[in-house]
Amino acid sequence: MNIVVLVKQIPDPAGPQELNADHTLKREGKLILDESDSYGVEIALQLRESAGGGDVTLVSMAPNGETSGLRTALAMGADDAILVGDDALPGAAALTTAKVLAGAIGRKQYDLVIGAVESSDGYVGVVPAMIAELLGLPSLTFAKKIDIDGSVIRIERQTEAGYDEVEGALPALVSVTAGVVEPRYPSFKGIMAAKKKPLEQVTVADLGVSVPGFNGNEEVTSVEDAPARAAGEKIEDDGTAFERIVAFLDEQKVL
Amino acid sequence: MALDKVLVYAETEGDAASTATLEMLTKARELAGSVDAFYAGPHADAIAADLGAHGAGKVHTVDAGDALPGAPVAAAVADLVGAEGYNAVLFATTYDGRDVSGRLSVRADSPVISNAVGLALDGDALSVETVIFGGTKVVRSAFRSGSVAIVLVRPKSFPAEPSGGGAAEVVSAALPDVGAAGNPKILAKHVEELEGPKLEDADIVVSGGRGLGSADGFKLVEDLAGLLGAATGASRAIVDAGWVPYSKQVGQTGKTVKPNVYIALGISGAMQHMVGMKNSKIIIAINKDPEAPILAVADLGVVGDVHKVVPPLIEAIKAKQG
Repeated sequence: MNIVVLVKQIPDPAGPQELNADHTLKREGKLILDESDSYGVEIALQLRESAGGGDVTLVSMAPNGETSGLRTALAMGADDAILVGDDALPGAAALTTAKVLAGAIGRKQYDLVIGAVESSDGYVGVVPAMIAELLGLPSLTFAKKIDIDGSVIRIERQTEAGYDEVEGALPALVSVTAGVVEPRYPSFKGIMAAKKKPLEQVTVADLGVSVPGFNGNEEVTSVEDAPARAAGEKIEDDGTAFERIVAFLDEQKVL
Repeated sequence: MALDKVLVYAETEGDAASTATLEMLTKARELAGSVDAFYAGPHADAIAADLGAHGAGKVHTVDAGDALPGAPVAAAVADLVGAEGYNAVLFATTYDGRDVSGRLSVRADSPVISNAVGLALDGDALSVETVIFGGTKVVRSAFRSGSVAIVLVRPKSFPAEPSGGGAAEVVSAALPDVGAAGNPKILAKHVEELEGPKLEDADIVVSGGRGLGSADGFKLVEDLAGLLGAATGASRAIVDAGWVPYSKQVGQTGKTVKPNVYIALGISGAMQHMVGMKNSKIIIAINKDPEAPILAVADLGVVGDVHKVVPPLIEAIKAKQG
């Protein structure tokens, strides 16, 4: 079974996050594999193993030829990667991103496309559905469990009230939650092997994707600091913090 | 683009129109001359009165049966938008809302703005307010001339207020055949029954995160919530870890809550979580890490171990309640 996994390389969420003057996110430093995507990589590796073979290809879009996050996923066991980098892409909205990724996916033969339900930096949460629409694929979204039997894919799909059992036919796209599997850590051998795995770098023009005025009719008009919440009270627990909480709840007339 | 006609994607909770749907209708009728709803499911007539009372003139409806809504319903909405000339389509940030809006965006070749917490008119354009960096920055984006504006709105961004209108007129829409993209079928629905007050509507919410240490640690959350008559919630980290069901998740993926008091036990306050609870009136947080982002937004922040702070807190509240 051939699987394409969408992975995003993002600024380390633990670090400070800043915007450029044009309101795009600063992505100058080292980018890491979005943790949300490590689950997709893991489930792809597991599905390939149960299917008895096939390729796991990573598809990513990033500035500055950034590959460190991709190398992490290759070290986990993915076979190869396609990276789309283009000066026209920083600040690309979800629809543009989806068009570019769909163009890159179209270069491969695949049975299944896997993506995270949302990235940890932009968290727009609609790109998987867009890519499925662009590729004419069924999308089985918000999966917390995946089973594949021949060409039938069955998932447990997270819902507001619990979950639904959903069944579809391959080829298909699934978006996965972080609970779907436990991602493996790359082994030393994997890290060494990852350095030699094929990583193809392409531009938007190579993909034949048109991204005119790349965000269409959407334009950021202002970015301001949010109204700060009134400075709160911060205490260190010395064994009596519970008393302060009780008093505070009392003030709020909760007790 | 004048905002003449707005379409609101209606969803239900149980048998009634969802609160988020009524919130969007309320806001839409303030912004646009004409507001209609779209509902995918059986029995649109059952919610037509409520939709109409909140401002919808018509409710266009399709019933996709057991098909997963995403692909076929997006095609139906796209056809309707084309035929009726809607300027904007509003969705709640739900699972189905995200699927349908994403596919509609492709069909209409128009971008989506996700996680909206405010909507306004900027001249003739629809201006959408979102927050980034855990809610510390407010971004306003405008949809300029051209194609339909598609917005995913976070629940509880606006009040839901009836306008006094009569029932919406129910109009059947066509459900296009989308071929293979429409093959996913819902085989069974599982409802995870929850005890206590409903998370989205509760006056007090007690939530737990990784700082609880283990699935057993969630008992602290349940015990405290029980005493306060509160609903229990959770961060994505412990839901993903399988400690509690998904239906308890507060955050970007999950529920948006706006209680009078939100008590966070061992939650660090990742952006993912903050967007779901930041607008609570009062926030109390207990976390070991003095640098945890949640302490920066807390009205009362306690730097400490939940296992040391919460048990005596529970005893003290019990004593007080007699």
